[in-house]
Amino acid sequence: MDNFGYKVELFLKDFIDAGGYRKVIAGLGNTLSIAVVGLIIGILIGTIIAAVRVFPKYKLMPRILNGICSLYVEFFRGTPMVVQLLLSYYVLLPLLGVRGADSVVVAMVVFGLNSGAYISEIMRGGILSVDPGQMEGGRAMGLSFGTTMMKIVIPQAIKNILPTLGNEFITLIKETSIVSFIAALDLYKAFNDIGTNNYEFIVPYLVMAVIYILLVLIISIGVRLMERSLRKGDRSM
Amino acid sequence: MIEVCNLTKKFGDLTVLENIDLKIEKGEKVVILGPSGSGKSTLLRCLNCMEDPTSGCIFFHGVDIADMKVDINVHRQKIGMVFQHFNLFNNKTVIENIMLAPVYVAKKKARRASIRKFFGKSYVAEDIKKVSEIKSEARENAFRLLTQVDLVEKANEYPSRLSGGQKQRVAIVRALAMNPDVMLFDEPTSALDPEMVGEVLEVMKDLAESGMTMVVVTHEMGFAREVADRIIFVADGIIAEDAPPEEFFDNPKSPRLREFLSKVIH
Ligand SMILES: Nc1ncnc2c1ncn2[C@@H]1O[C@H](COP(=O)(O)OP(=O)(O)OP(=O)(O)O)[C@@H](O)[C@H]1O
Ligand SMILES: [Mg+2]
Repeated sequence: MDNFGYKVELFLKDFIDAGGYRKVIAGLGNTLSIAVVGLIIGILIGTIIAAVRVFPKYKLMPRILNGICSLYVEFFRGTPMVVQLLLSYYVLLPLLGVRGADSVVVAMVVFGLNSGAYISEIMRGGILSVDPGQMEGGRAMGLSFGTTMMKIVIPQAIKNILPTLGNEFITLIKETSIVSFIAALDLYKAFNDIGTNNYEFIVPYLVMAVIYILLVLIISIGVRLMERSLRKGDRSM
Repeated sequence: MIEVCNLTKKFGDLTVLENIDLKIEKGEKVVILGPSGSGKSTLLRCLNCMEDPTSGCIFFHGVDIADMKVDINVHRQKIGMVFQHFNLFNNKTVIENIMLAPVYVAKKKARRASIRKFFGKSYVAEDIKKVSEIKSEARENAFRLLTQVDLVEKANEYPSRLSGGQKQRVAIVRALAMNPDVMLFDEPTSALDPEMVGEVLEVMKDLAESGMTMVVVTHEMGFAREVADRIIFVADGIIAEDAPPEEFFDNPKSPRLREFLSKVIH
C-alpha cells in the first residue's frame, strides 16, 4: 500500500507540478472533438446513404448510387478502423501529395467516414420503422421523395434511433483511443506519456479509465434526457 | 379533368386492372364500389400515379401524367388525396400539417421566379413573395379551412391527440389547403369508429356541394346514393358498371353487380 501511495505521489507530481494536466486537457479536448465531429459527419453521411438505399430502384441511376453506397458500407465495416486510419494517414495522404496534415483532423474525417457506414445501417432501420403512410402522405401532396424524407420521415426515424445513436457516440469516444497510431494526442496518449516519464503506468491508467467511464456516463444521461424531452415535445408514441 | 385510357396495372403476375377507360368531368362526383381486393384502391391510386400504371395513359388537364418524363409532383399538388389511415405527419402539429406543402410550394415558386427575374427571363410577378408573407397567407387559409370543419381549437395539437374523425377532417383540410382541382378519397371512413363516420361524411357532402370534383372509394351506400353523379363498379379487373345512382342500385345490368348488391343490401 505504501508502494501505491508513492506511485500516486509520483503521478500527482507529474500531473500537477510538471503540468501533465495540460496535456490531459488537450487530449480530452481532442478525444471529444474527434468523437463529436466524427458523429456529425457520420450522421450526415449515414442519412444520405440510408435515403439512397430506401429510394425506389426502378431506374438505373438509383441502382448505381445504391451500388456505390453498398461498396462504401462494406469497405468501412469490413476493415478495422486502425487500418483505415493508417491507410489514410500514411498511404492516401502522401499519395495525394499532402504533407504535414493535422492528425486530429485526419482522425475526425476517418471517424466520420467510418461511423457514416454504421449509422447508415442504423438510419435505414429507423427509416423503415416509420409508417410508410408518412411517405405516402407527403408524396400525395406533391412533395418530392427527398423533401418528404427530410421533413417528415427522417425526423421521426431519428427519434426512433436516438438511443442507438447515443451508443454509437459512446463507441466513438472509446475508439478514439486508437488515434495515437497516427500520433494524435488523445486522452490515452496523454496518460500514456505521463506514465512513460517514470515507467509507472498503474495510476495514470486507472485515472484514465475513470475519466472514460465518467464521459460515457454523462453521455448516457444526456441521451436519456434528450429522449424524454423529445417524447414530451410530441406525444405520438 | 381526368381521362384514363387503356389503363392496365399488374403486380408481378397478378393483373389487377385491365384496359380500363374512364372519364371524369369537372365538378363530377364519382363513387367507386366493388368487392374487396377488386382493385378499387389501385384504380384510385393510379389517378395520381401513386401506383405507376403498367400501361395506358392518365390525362390530367390534358397532360399524360403516367408518362415518366413529366414532373409528377407538380400535378399531384392539384390532386388532393385522403387515405383510409389519414397519414397525417406525426411529427407536425395540425396547423403545421396543413401549412407544410402550401408553404413549401409557394417558397419554391418564389425562388424560381426570383431567379428568372434575375436573369431577365419572363416570370409571374405575383409569385415573388417574402417568406413571411407566404406563411401568413398559408396560415390564414389554414384557419379558414379549420373553421369550416370546426377544428380551430385543435390547431396546435399533434395528430396523436386527435380522435379518428378529427384526424380525417384535418387530412381533408390538409389536402384542400393546396387548392386542388380534384379530390381522391380511399375509404375515408373505413378506419373510423361508427360514431365518427357521420362527421367525416358531413364534411365530404359540404365539399361536394361546393362543386369540388371528387372520386370516392367507399362502402357507404347511403353516401354513394346521395352524393354520386355516377357510380362505378370495379370487378375482375374491369369496370363492370358505370351508371347514375338510381340506375346503379335499382336497375343494375351486370350480373356481377347484381350479385354484389344482393350481398351488401339486405
Ligand atoms: N403493392 C402491391 N403489391 C402487390 N399486390 C398488391 C399491391 N397492392 C395491391 N395488391 C393486390 O391487388 C389487388 C387489388 O388491391 P386493391 O387494394 O386495389 O383492392 P381494393 O379493391 O382496394 O380492396 P379493399 O376493399 O380491400 O381495399 C389485391 O389482390 C391486392 O392484394
Ligand atoms: Mg382499398
